[in-house]
Amino acid sequence: MHIQRNTNQHTHRKTVFSAIILGVSLLLLVRLFVLQIADPSYKAFARSNYLRHVTDFPSRGLIYDRNGDLLVYNEAHYDLMVIPGQVGDIDTLLFCNLLNISVETFESRLLQARRHSRFRASVFERQISKTTFAAFQEKLFRFPGFFVQPRNLRKYTYPIAAHTFGYVGEAGPSVINNDPYYRPGDYIGISGIELAYEKELRGQKGLRIRMVDVMNRDIGPFQEGRHDTLAVAGKDLHTTLDANLQLYGEQLMQNKRGSIVAIEPSTGEILALVSSPSYDPGLLVGRQRTRNYRALQNDTLSPLFNRALMAQYPPGSVFKIVSTAIALQEGVINPGTRHNCSGIYHTRGISIRCRDHPSPVDALSSIQHSCNTYSSILFQQTINQPRFENIQQSFDHWRSYLESFGLGQMFGSDLSYELPGIVATSDYYNRIYGERGWRSQTILSLGIGQGELGVTPLQLANVTAAIANRGHFFTPHIVRAVDTPDNLQNRFGLANHIPIDRVHFETIAKAMQLVVEEGTASFSQIPDVTMAGKTGTVQNPHGENHSVYVAFAPVDNPRIAISVIIENAGYGSVWAAPLASLMIEKYLNGEVNRTWFEQRVKEADFITATP
Amino acid sequence: MKSQFNIFHNVDKPVIILYLILVSIGWLSIYSADFIEGQSGFFSLQTSYGRQLLFILTAILAAGAILMINARFFYSFSRIIYAIAILLLVSIFLAGVEINATRAWFRIGGFAIQPSEFAKFATALALAAYISNIRTKKPTKANIYKSIVIVLIPALLTLMQKDVGTTLVFSAFVFALYREGWISGIVLFMGGLAVTLFILTMIFNEFIIIGVLASITLLLMFFLRKRQGSAIRLIGLFVLLSVYVYSVDLAFENILQAHHKSRIEVLIYGDSDLQGAGYNLHQSKIAIGSGGFWGKGFLQGTQTQFNFIPEQTTDFIFCTIGEEWGFVGSITLIGLFLALLLRLIALAERQKSSFSRVYAYSVVSVLFVHFAINIGMTIGLVPVIGIPLPFISYGGSSLWAMTLMLFTLLKLDAERLEMT
Ligand SMILES: [Zn+2]
Repeated sequence: MHIQRNTNQHTHRKTVFSAIILGVSLLLLVRLFVLQIADPSYKAFARSNYLRHVTDFPSRGLIYDRNGDLLVYNEAHYDLMVIPGQVGDIDTLLFCNLLNISVETFESRLLQARRHSRFRASVFERQISKTTFAAFQEKLFRFPGFFVQPRNLRKYTYPIAAHTFGYVGEAGPSVINNDPYYRPGDYIGISGIELAYEKELRGQKGLRIRMVDVMNRDIGPFQEGRHDTLAVAGKDLHTTLDANLQLYGEQLMQNKRGSIVAIEPSTGEILALVSSPSYDPGLLVGRQRTRNYRALQNDTLSPLFNRALMAQYPPGSVFKIVSTAIALQEGVINPGTRHNCSGIYHTRGISIRCRDHPSPVDALSSIQHSCNTYSSILFQQTINQPRFENIQQSFDHWRSYLESFGLGQMFGSDLSYELPGIVATSDYYNRIYGERGWRSQTILSLGIGQGELGVTPLQLANVTAAIANRGHFFTPHIVRAVDTPDNLQNRFGLANHIPIDRVHFETIAKAMQLVVEEGTASFSQIPDVTMAGKTGTVQNPHGENHSVYVAFAPVDNPRIAISVIIENAGYGSVWAAPLASLMIEKYLNGEVNRTWFEQRVKEADFITATP
Repeated sequence: MKSQFNIFHNVDKPVIILYLILVSIGWLSIYSADFIEGQSGFFSLQTSYGRQLLFILTAILAAGAILMINARFFYSFSRIIYAIAILLLVSIFLAGVEINATRAWFRIGGFAIQPSEFAKFATALALAAYISNIRTKKPTKANIYKSIVIVLIPALLTLMQKDVGTTLVFSAFVFALYREGWISGIVLFMGGLAVTLFILTMIFNEFIIIGVLASITLLLMFFLRKRQGSAIRLIGLFVLLSVYVYSVDLAFENILQAHHKSRIEVLIYGDSDLQGAGYNLHQSKIAIGSGGFWGKGFLQGTQTQFNFIPEQTTDFIFCTIGEEWGFVGSITLIGLFLALLLRLIALAERQKSSFSRVYAYSVVSVLFVHFAINIGMTIGLVPVIGIPLPFISYGGSSLWAMTLMLFTLLKLDAERLEMT
């Protein structure tokens, strides 16, 4: 180099400039380090950008009746879903016009969805109509972040058995917090069969991970679909219900408050379960569910209340079939034991009225004429047996018989909201009267089915089935088979035996047959069908007495056991017995020939007629 | 001499290698960003990577042609080249077309050409020629103002075309003037302070900044209390800066165009406004941030491949690199640019003539500003200002102009021994 080095005196400024370049580069690198390594949130954002978790909702299991008649099925509808993190710059006005909602509604729903999750899908609009769906599908690419999710809604072949089916609704926060299967917006059985068999009916959700581009167009499965799971359809249920009988029962119960429970004694299968007043199960489906539910809730007749399982009545005279069977087993009476009845029974300052009937009566005719005197005597004799040291012991012994009939406890059936009823314990009387303060006459009203007794219509029907079986019963249940009609549930296949000899049940059955043929229910005989029954009239301090009747038929080979309670309808022989006889005739013969009889029951009105 | 027949004689090989690597990375990134499965055609002009390949080949041919031109040509013709560039910028107002809200393009055949890219080259030549001219070589006040006017004319013209990004790039020439001693370190510092305060004013309330400035002034007054007159100077500086901050705020509220305002607001409010102006930046940060350490691999970037990034072959090309090559790729690219810039500074420093040195510094400064602003905006450090990443972004004008600038520098460097 012969030429002299540059003479410019500002060469140090090269260092300043280089330092600026290095400093800025370092700044960029620090920022990139934060973005790419330190902050993981961008990876989640990226995934939510292009991965769409598509849930495939399985179709809910169908519900059939015992004869293969389809009762409950599904109908497709569409939910509009949103993933808030992906909602881009959309034409809000067009969107709102398509959905027919205001911009404020749009904003608030979006905010709500965003609060739930930026990355997960939330329901934006439920069950959009088919026309809206069509309009939307066309323009969906203009609304990134939104998609349409097909869902199923319940449909009902007949407007019957609403309480039994129950309904399906959205899983609430408590369910979602406790069961990871459910996500907000998922459907779950809330009551009835839908609740009890939720696991069987719901099936298994499928999950597909799809890739979408910026226009929300499906690009294909993520990683060849290796993370995808297929939806498994829910299992069908084959119920024990006889749709015709159920429908008929609901027709007979119109304008009446009360219930019908019909059981097949040989299996415990519930043939009909009517609670009246009822409602169309289709009301509690879809967008109008909440509104309709509120209306039903505010209805003074409480149509949502399932009387068949949850109403608890003192059984009244029908209880005599139980107390007499116990007395026979305990040996305090035999079928021939006779007592006089003067129309009133006195014991230590307590008197119980009876009606006018031939006297004296024996075990059979006391049931036939529903003699209160006879029942009171045998009850006192049972409780006062000298072999017990004290009343507590003898009462508990008597009470254990009631438990063996399924009274005072729950069956552990497959019905939701079953109630145990009330059978007081000796502790209860001890608390009220003191340990030495009560005698058999203190609790005498129990002997005629009044007092501290609460029995549900289901329990009453089951007692009748036990007598029909002459000493055992199968837990009443509503679903016979799951998945296929042959896949019977065996959990209800074990008989519950009552520690009373068969011979005594034969006596009771014979007495009940007399009730129908020559007694209080003779008005309700069915041509060519042998029936055993017992009427009851339950005292109601709030108004007209309740009309009660239990029966089974045919007497020698029972195929149906039934309990009927009609509130405020007076004597059991007048309304409950005729109605039960129609149900039995319908079930055994397939049709009812006593049309005038049927007409009379159907037209009876105890709701609008009662103040 | 043998060298007469070898155009690469004395040409700096490291710069050529860095140039070829960067251009290749650029083409691969554009290929990935525009890649659609099942669609072929490297040479199809229907795809942006097909067209970019054409741009690259013609740019290399042009580079070869520049290396064959005598270096004195650039000095002699610098004024004419500058005049042509200014004329082209003016004629934009008559015959230009508007692309992306910027009226800065000529349409020739199927291609859009942006004269402002070439104006940077012309300005660098004109500035170098003016400063190195013996008659004007002294940095008198008048000369300094005249040199600034040379830069301001094209800068204002691009501003009138609403091309704010390019206007900002012209500020790069400050570094060249600084290196020559025409601008003092204090001015550069004040300039840096002005830019920093500008960005801070965008982010924070102006009164908070003035408050912080007041506290710093008081602290400095305390520490420098023994020095005569320092208090008065500090207070004067404080008043000056406060007025600046306040007027920046006023200007921002009243003068800036809506779309620039919203782009700046995005920086301030972060990712909150995702449906509006924040969308680009948000998507850009997602793509880069999701790249992680190693990246997702070539053609595997989900955000890139599914087109979540707007303008992803041009201004946001760095997203593709950040996503598919991760932090490793980012660091590599920044390293390559750093190597190129530092190498060019070394080249600039070894120039014998001040013309070559000023020109070289102008080129380094322009490249540096492009590099810093472009990457800075994709990661949310500076407002989203649409300027390309040199040699990487898709676009013929940018690639040709940058190639022209770079190879002119290389040619000047190759002949530095012959020039005085
Ligand atoms: Zn009597």
